[in-house]
Amino acid sequence: MKYMLMMNTMKAGQGVPAWPKKDLQAHVAFMMKFVKQLQESGELVAAEGLAFPDQAKVVRAGKDGLPITDGVFPESKEFLAGYWIVDVDSPERAYALAAQASAAPGIGGEPLNMPIEVRAVMSCPPPEML
Amino acid sequence: MSAEASAHCIEHQLRELAPQVLGAVIRRFHDFAAAEDAVQEALIAAVMKWSQEGVPENPRGWLIQVASRRMLDDLRSNIARRRREKAVAQEGETLAPAPELDLELHTMDPDDTLILLFMCCHPALTTSSAIALTLRAVGGLTTGEIARAFLVPEATMAQRISRAKQSIKVSGVSFLMPTEKEQRERLPAVLHVLYLIFNEGYTSSSGQRVHRVELSSEAIRLTRNVYGLLPENTEVAGLLALMLLTDARREARTNAEGELIPLTKQDRALWNREEIREGIELLTGTLAKGAAGMYQLQAAIAAVHDEAARAEDTDWMQILALYEVLKRMSDNPMVTLNRAVAVAMVFGPERGLDLLKTLDRDARIAEHYRLDAVRAHFLEMLGDKEGAIRHYRRAAERTTSTPEQNYLIAQAARLREVN
Repeated sequence: MKYMLMMNTMKAGQGVPAWPKKDLQAHVAFMMKFVKQLQESGELVAAEGLAFPDQAKVVRAGKDGLPITDGVFPESKEFLAGYWIVDVDSPERAYALAAQASAAPGIGGEPLNMPIEVRAVMSCPPPEML
Repeated sequence: MSAEASAHCIEHQLRELAPQVLGAVIRRFHDFAAAEDAVQEALIAAVMKWSQEGVPENPRGWLIQVASRRMLDDLRSNIARRRREKAVAQEGETLAPAPELDLELHTMDPDDTLILLFMCCHPALTTSSAIALTLRAVGGLTTGEIARAFLVPEATMAQRISRAKQSIKVSGVSFLMPTEKEQRERLPAVLHVLYLIFNEGYTSSSGQRVHRVELSSEAIRLTRNVYGLLPENTEVAGLLALMLLTDARREARTNAEGELIPLTKQDRALWNREEIREGIELLTGTLAKGAAGMYQLQAAIAAVHDEAARAEDTDWMQILALYEVLKRMSDNPMVTLNRAVAVAMVFGPERGLDLLKTLDRDARIAEHYRLDAVRAHFLEMLGDKEGAIRHYRRAAERTTSTPEQNYLIAQAARLREVN
């Protein structure tokens, strides 16, 4: 079963966090290692990090079908910073992986314990089990 | 024969040969993981070569030879590498003689398929890796085909398979037939993996998934092979019967738009009579052999549905009786849920609803969409339109299956529109 783990931690206008170089490097290394671990366990379906929200646009179609873009967001709006799609044997396994990502190191190497949203990916019908 | 038909023919032949060839190569080289890789390469080479030059006279021998040569090349380069490494320290070491390439093409052990299945469904593996390894080592599918079937990147599937092989190596199982006692203990795990492969294919056969390998046909083929090797085992026969009796309804199960059609609304003329006949024959054969297992009982229920010419002819009394037996064998809330449907069909929807109340307190199923879907159906039978709409909608919110969700939303919409 597939799950998407989402890191909804970016806020508009905050820019790059002012972390010491060493902490930033430790964070990046952690994230790379996490993806490598998912690759090696045969659970990785996809993973991407997204650009900062400063350049983000919300697009709607106008009456003529042409795009109307909006790029001014309230500061409280949360943005997706990145996601992983994993294929695992159980929801518990997806939660364990999310907890692992949540504890990525921040300033001073302290775990961030950031919220990771775990969502099931829609799939084919489950077996007609008895 | 058209080119396409002959390619299909070659593929079919290769899949039948895969476990026999693998068994022979493991016997010769005593290394499951490496032999499995070598056989995979031989299969891929055969697809190219045979489709151009025709199938060789002894296809099995050809595959064993190509895979063995591959193994020898690896062995030689390993020895050469080690020799280079040691060259300074141990001058004058000679290259170890390669194992004889004298092929005993006549020796062939049909039990190899069974030994391999027991290996691939070893308890040390997770379910998903057992499925992947079974499809590759016993089914002869390529990593790419398996990856596409499960909609994951090929690199991920390759890693899953190689880790599975690693776990087998670590667990130290040898390529031997398990004892009768071990077989009894471990056969259920093998059957479960085959059952899951079947379901994966059966439930995904609708709509957008046209590129998926035919997993359900593959599961039927593998189970048929196991049945050929263990014809006296009633659960193997039961599982094969269950697959056939379920697969028989495949064409009728979805419409051209890929929408699900419930059993009661299916066009029964589309059901596969041959599969039904074979399934019932298998099932009848097991009845004389004593106690019925889970697969046999599920197959028996499928048979009652398949034998009804029209939905209203279904012998619900018999289905209810079969669920009573199943309930005594297993504490699975899904059994209770399905039994509730039979109860509602025999004694009316109120009695069905009563039974569902016991499931509301069962954490394993209380939030499962099927509980809401069944409740919605009973409420609709009782004429409680609002209640039915509410539960169809909640079921739609809870399912993670797109076709199922579309079906449930459509049920709610249908009730709202009939005013």
